[in-house]
Amino acid sequence: MTTTWLLALAGGVLIGLAATLLLWLNGRVAGVSGILGGVLFPVRGEVAWRIAFLAGLVMAGGAAIALLPGIATPRTGFPPVLLIAAGLLVGFGASMGNGCTSGHGVCGLGRLSKRSLAAVLTFMATAVVTTWLVRHVWGWA
Amino acid sequence: MKRILAAALASGALFGVGLALSGMTDARRILGFLDITGDFDPTLAFVLGGAVATTLLLFRPVLRRGRPLFADGFRLPESSRIDARLLTGAALFGIGWGLAGYCPGPALAGLGAGSGEALWFVPAMVAGIVLQRMLARR
Repeated sequence: MTTTWLLALAGGVLIGLAATLLLWLNGRVAGVSGILGGVLFPVRGEVAWRIAFLAGLVMAGGAAIALLPGIATPRTGFPPVLLIAAGLLVGFGASMGNGCTSGHGVCGLGRLSKRSLAAVLTFMATAVVTTWLVRHVWGWA
Repeated sequence: MKRILAAALASGALFGVGLALSGMTDARRILGFLDITGDFDPTLAFVLGGAVATTLLLFRPVLRRGRPLFADGFRLPESSRIDARLLTGAALFGIGWGLAGYCPGPALAGLGAGSGEALWFVPAMVAGIVLQRMLARR
């Protein structure tokens, strides 16, 4: 258990360093949903770096998952209909609210943005209520 | 241009390794954290704590330099408004996050590992972004 927490802390620091690297070198915010949105709706000169970031995330993230069995292995067997509904809501919501866990959470809180704090508190609250409903009230998953 | 792409690639790669090392690519851990009345799993708090402590410590000196190393200027979100759009978007995002336990980063890393769940989630997430942008344009 203690090892899990230490790895979690170390992983969190790596995520923070990744965000710092992008800000320090390129002056851009490491918000995953925003970076993806900018590939889907391209603005001139702002596309290639986004593809590079996403390629790094997908490839190195995928490789790290394969190298860390038991720690990082993704869940299997969750109902596809819930995955699709969740994906639609996550994409729609992150786009509407201009950020997700990385943009508002890791980067926004690091800049002491009140707007990001409001977003984080809001999505934490609705996520907790949703998980409670799904698991304990409706028993879907 | 080349060094900007290399920096973005390195940042994305470090981000992905951090997500995997911290166990955030396993949606059971996310739901375990959000499930405060059930079998609570505090891992996510350590991840977010480590990440935010790092950005809190390092963003300030980076921004004080006035400009980034490889680009002309910092491109930061300008809005500080806490409005209905922000809160509605965040609320919907949270519902989706709490429903399956995936936010965009871990889902994309899962895609790289060939996770079956990511193959359902990621296309739906892309569709959600496209739908929102198209509705907002009208």
